[in-house]
Amino acid sequence: MQVSMTVNGQQRTDEVEPRMLLAHHLRDNLGLTATNIGCDSTSCGACTVIVDGLTVKSCTVLALQAEGSEVTTLEGLSTDGEMHPVQAAFRSEHGLQCGFCTSGMVMASIGVLADNPNPTDREVREGLEGNLCRCTGYHNIVQAVLKAAEAGPAAGQVPSSQQEVSA
Amino acid sequence: MIPSQFDYVRVSTVDEAVAALAEHGEDAKILAGGHSLLPIMKLRLAVPTVLIDISGAQELNYVRVDGDQVAIGAGTRHHDLEKSEVAQAEVPLLPHVASRVGDPQVRHRGTLGGTVAHCDPASDLPTALLALGATVVVAGPNGRREIPITAFFLGFFETAMEEGELIVELRVPRTGSAGWGYEKFTRRENDWPIVAAAAVHLPDGSVGVALANMGGVVLRAEAVEAALAEGKSIEEAAALAAEGTSPSSDMHADVEYRSHLARLLTQRALKVAAGETEASTAESTAA
Ligand SMILES: Cc1cc2nc3c(=O)[nH]c(=O)nc-3n(C[C@H](O)[C@H](O)[C@H](O)COP(=O)(O)OP(=O)(O)OC[C@H]3O[C@@H](n4cnc5c(N)ncnc54)[C@H](O)[C@@H]3O)c2cc1C
Ligand code: FES
Ligand code: FES
Repeated sequence: MQVSMTVNGQQRTDEVEPRMLLAHHLRDNLGLTATNIGCDSTSCGACTVIVDGLTVKSCTVLALQAEGSEVTTLEGLSTDGEMHPVQAAFRSEHGLQCGFCTSGMVMASIGVLADNPNPTDREVREGLEGNLCRCTGYHNIVQAVLKAAEAGPAAGQVPSSQQEVSA
Repeated sequence: MIPSQFDYVRVSTVDEAVAALAEHGEDAKILAGGHSLLPIMKLRLAVPTVLIDISGAQELNYVRVDGDQVAIGAGTRHHDLEKSEVAQAEVPLLPHVASRVGDPQVRHRGTLGGTVAHCDPASDLPTALLALGATVVVAGPNGRREIPITAFFLGFFETAMEEGELIVELRVPRTGSAGWGYEKFTRRENDWPIVAAAAVHLPDGSVGVALANMGGVVLRAEAVEAALAEGKSIEEAAALAAEGTSPSSDMHADVEYRSHLARLLTQRALKVAAGETEASTAESTAA
């Protein structure tokens, strides 16, 4: 079937099988491989992307369910070569080890900051409860999100050509 | 993991959904948030040949006051219920319980109708709806009918819905500022409950009490409710919480421990509902 969606600001129309998952569509059809597939069972959050302003686990959404939606992946976060505040904070606070969970962590963190621009340590941990890091570097991840919050509202948004993130 | 092949039908109204269910018969399944259905389809535990996606049916997304009840559209996502000002003011148990389901990404997709239809004995919102004595409104080829939630959950993943029907609305009493408590015991914050207890003071003066994961379906703690109605103390009533239940044993808890949790969590939920103690937080919960 045909599916159309706006991905990182670009209109994309493709032919997909109904059973194609959004994660596979992004990776295999659109070549956007920053979105990782970890558990493939809705547990780890590595595949988190933002659809119509809300974080979702793209291994558990059909590509067809994103028809007409605005989708943002990690590739869509930087503007004019400038990293998104959450990306910059993950770098400065070293919020990653092997990096496998990082794409999903960054996307989920934007959702956390959209919902709560000034979270406490505890609130960051609760907001990231759907994301697992096998390297267990949670401490620096939490520090990175707290650091990103200092950048103000931009930390909870995706680039302006795109959608508003609500929670 | 990829589901086996199916045909996909997108509907934008309840009438279209009913027509599609009639056309495609028993091999068709409704797709709402997909957060129970797609995982089991990926494991090939479910192999529907047609999915009828109702997530575009805007008429199923609402939380509104209707007389002395709150009416909630079946397509309302857990996240929207959690944030709904109407729900927070009129029936605060529900948005709180919605906030305890899974993690944010799950709450962004999962719907109230989906969790009720799925009929998992460990599910949070169905437990709260049972304590509230909700009404399930279904639509089918013969129009709409109302099913009391106490008659809806029939057995393990089996409900009172007939073939060709879908859930369109959940109705609950407006409890306003009356007391309520929800105590969910998990090993990790975002898990399903090992056991959970909901207690809520209802407009007719009774207290509704329900339990998650104490049998093949979510259960009303009838012995507890009866004891409270007779004027027994919270301690005395909560001691009866495991009566009439048939919990399973698994790697998380055996029957004895689940029964203990049911009594303890019921007592806590009742005390919170009575304003005697504060709700447990993830940090303070210990059993
Ligand atoms: C990682 C993860 C963690 C979770 N944690 C929890 C938790 O802690 N507590 C909890 O309670 N739940 C939890 N859930 C389940 C979550 O709440 C699901 O979203 C919910 O159970 C199903 O809702 P859905 O809209 O996604 O339904 P779907 O998956 O779309 O559908 C589920 C079933 O209901 C049927 N259906 C859906 N809508 C209707 C309707 N309107 N009428 C008739 N039939 C319908 C479908 O055909 C299907 O059989 C979790 C899920 C995941 C993936
Ligand atoms: S790959 Fe989607 S949640 Fe793990
Ligand atoms: S950095 Fe290795 S999984 Fe998180």
